[in-house]
Formats: sequence, structure tokens, C-alpha cells
Amino acid sequence: MVTETHFQKELEELKWNLLRMAATVEEAIHDAVQSLVKRDSDLAQKTFEVEDRINKLEITIDDMCLKLLALRQPMAADLRFITSAMKMITDLERMGDQAVNIAERALSLNQEPQLKPYIDIPRMAEITQSMLKDVLDAFVNRDPKLARSVCERDDVVDELNDQVMRELLTYMMSDPKAIPRAVHLMIASRCLERIADHATNIAEDVIFMVDALIIKHHADVEEKG
Amino acid sequence: MDEKVKISVQNLNFFYGQVQALKNVSLEIMANHVTALIGPSGCGKTTFLRCLNRMNDIVVGARTEGKILMDGYDIYGAEVDVVQVRRRVGMVFQKSNPFPKTIFDNVAYGLKINGNHSRSELAARVERSLKDAALWNEVADRLQNSAMDLSGGQQQRLCIARALAVEPEVILMDEPASALDPIATQKVEELIQELKKKYTIVIVTHNMQQAARVSDVTGFFYLGELIEVDRTEKIFTKPKMKRTEDYVTGRFG
Repeated sequence: MVTETHFQKELEELKWNLLRMAATVEEAIHDAVQSLVKRDSDLAQKTFEVEDRINKLEITIDDMCLKLLALRQPMAADLRFITSAMKMITDLERMGDQAVNIAERALSLNQEPQLKPYIDIPRMAEITQSMLKDVLDAFVNRDPKLARSVCERDDVVDELNDQVMRELLTYMMSDPKAIPRAVHLMIASRCLERIADHATNIAEDVIFMVDALIIKHHADVEEKG
Repeated sequence: MDEKVKISVQNLNFFYGQVQALKNVSLEIMANHVTALIGPSGCGKTTFLRCLNRMNDIVVGARTEGKILMDGYDIYGAEVDVVQVRRRVGMVFQKSNPFPKTIFDNVAYGLKINGNHSRSELAARVERSLKDAALWNEVADRLQNSAMDLSGGQQQRLCIARALAVEPEVILMDEPASALDPIATQKVEELIQELKKKYTIVIVTHNMQQAARVSDVTGFFYLGELIEVDRTEKIFTKPKMKRTEDYVTGRFG
């Protein structure tokens, strides 16, 4: 087919909306992390507004996918794309929720003196955000290799989170007045770790979409029917 | 796009002699929309379609009650010229029926018997119709060949071009792709999406998936009654009537 069919145009529109949602999530995570690290409560407020846009997009895209499944009888790659899209928007929406959680912690933390220099949390944030950026590039360019590299980085984020927990525990044990701030930081760190998990889920969906391989719940890649 | 009613069917009852084939059907066909009519065999959808351009007039013992208004005027009115109705409301059939003439003469036929046109005018309108029917590129260099040499899908598009040549406002299609292979079917379906920009289309199909792919509005007929009519995405995602749901999910039909 030389000219694009109406169905192909609809698939392009779906892809475009997915990327719009993803870009909004990137913005929310960036603002939330900065609101914590730079102790900027205005940015925390902005995160709450951005999250609203994310939720609306989830509903719009969900509706589009249902309509495409009902009316177009998609097959093969088109079918995998649409079902992957439905899963991806769930992970993206949760990432938006986690960004809001981080912003809420930031609002509380910014009202008190900084407990300690932030070193590991910004490192976690950097890796997590690069995971999200790469998984979106993998989606756009249909690049399973790049998607797999995202899955591999999840372990690094998990280890950094453990490190943050251990260090904050020592602060809490040596000074009870540190406990509220330490708890906020632990929660924020956990949120980043969850965001990285969601990025990994999206990477698995991209691999399924492109190669029809299911690698969920396995350490190594296995081909499933 | 402004939603304008092209054809308004009001309390239509249709009888073949003693047998009532359509029971109190009311429906609005919107301009520049594709309306699909679905339902099991014998439900009355083709009978209904043929009422829209008074093709049922030629059936002995046929009786119509109720009103069918096009642009506000009853096409069954006493002073109505039925030939004009059929010029404004064209029809394409399940089995394509090209005349045993050249491709050019097939498309020009309606124009020739409908009035005086110069040779250049005819040529221009034939070209336009073949382009609108997405057939021009395939036949431009052999318009004087016989239409019978074309493939099934091409013949069907030729019949569409022939219907378009007399510049109708509405095109009725009775299972237009059921005799075609999947690729030809896809071309006809894609063509229907383009045609609705200029024309109003009503299509009868026994293929639900085709109705889902191609139409904006879908009406479900059963035993002569219009059970439900709504935007196609509603009919196929959350129909209101259980009977509709049973039909589209394949529980019967």
C-alpha cells in the first residue's frame, strides 16, 4: 500500500498520544526530583498539576485502544502494539503517582533543615530518568537491545535504594529528631525505585511488541510460543 | 462536521403481499456518514435498503406505508419522479454487473441516456468518476477495452464509478464486497471511507467486522424490526439491547 490507510493513521495517532503521555511523565519526575534535591516547593506544586494531565491522557488512550480493538480487528504486530500500549499507560500513570509522592515528601522536607547532603538519591534519580528516556527511545525506534539494557540497570537502582535505607537507618538510630526527615527520604527513595521498576515493565512490553518475546518474571530471556 | 439528516425514515411498514417484512422502522441517515445495516439473514435489511431508492416498487404485491423523507421531501410523494429518486440515490449490488461494453461506455451509459453531453464533457466526467472510484490509475490507458476483462474487484469499482457518474447524493451498497477476495475487499472498504467525504453511504452487510471497520453508525435489524441504532463504536463496545449484544458477540446469527 503506497498511501496510508485510515487504520494506519489511527495507529500513528495512538503512538503520538502515548509519547505525549510519556513526555508529561518525564516532566513530572524531573520536577519532583528537583523539588526535593533543590528544595524547591514551587516545583513540587507544579508536579501535582502535571499529574492531572497524565491521568486524563491515560483515559483518552485507553479509550482509543478499546475502540481500535473493537472496530479494526488488528492482527500480529498491530495487535501486539495496541495491547502493549494498554499496559504501558498503566505503568506510566503509576510513575506519575510516584512523582507526586516524591513531591509530597519534598514539601515536608523543605520545611525543615536539610538532614544530610543528597548524594545517592540524585544518583538514583539520574539513572531512573535515563532508564525512562532510553525505554521511550527503544519504543520509538523499535530497539529491543536498548530495552534490555534498561532492564539491566534496574539492579543498580535497587542496590542504591538499599544503600540509602542503610545510611538513613544510622541517622535515625543516632538521633531520634532525625526520624521524620529520614522517613520522608526513605519513602522518596522507594518511589524512585518503583519508578525504575515501571520503566523495566515498559521495556518488557517493548520487547514483546517488537519481537513477540515474553521476558517477564525471568532473569534470562526465554522464548514463549 | 455539521450533523445533518439526509434521509429520515418515519414509521416504515413494508409488505410483500400478506407478509410484513418491515415493522414500524424509524431511522435517520446522516449526511456524509456511512450507515451500516446488520442482522441475520431474512431480517429485512436489504428490503429496507431497497425502499430508500424505491427499488421495491418493481416487486409485484409490494406495499409501503410510512414516510421516507430526503432533504425533507417524501420520496413516495404523489408527484415524485421515481427515475429522479434513483438518480439521486444510486445503488451498487453484491454481484458486480458491468455491461458487456467498454470500460468507458459503462461509466458513460447513465450520462448518455440522461441528457446531451459533448464528447469532451463525457470524457471529463468519466475520468472524474473513475478517479473517485479509485480505479482510474488501473484503467486510464485502456478505456476502450471490454469491462468484462477486468478482475472481480475492478468490476465492482467500475460499478461504483458508474453509479457516481450521474452525480448521486446517496449511494446504497448491498453487500458490495462479499464476492471479492480480501485485498479487493480492503480496497473497496478504504474507498468507502473516502467516498463519504462527498456522498452519503448506506451499506448492508452480513459481515459484522466489515460494518465495524467501515461505518460511523450501525443499525441492527431482527425479524423486520430495527432493534437498535447507534454510533458504531457504541454498538460494538456497549450495545444497549441484549439482542444486539447477543448478535455482535456471535451468540446467534
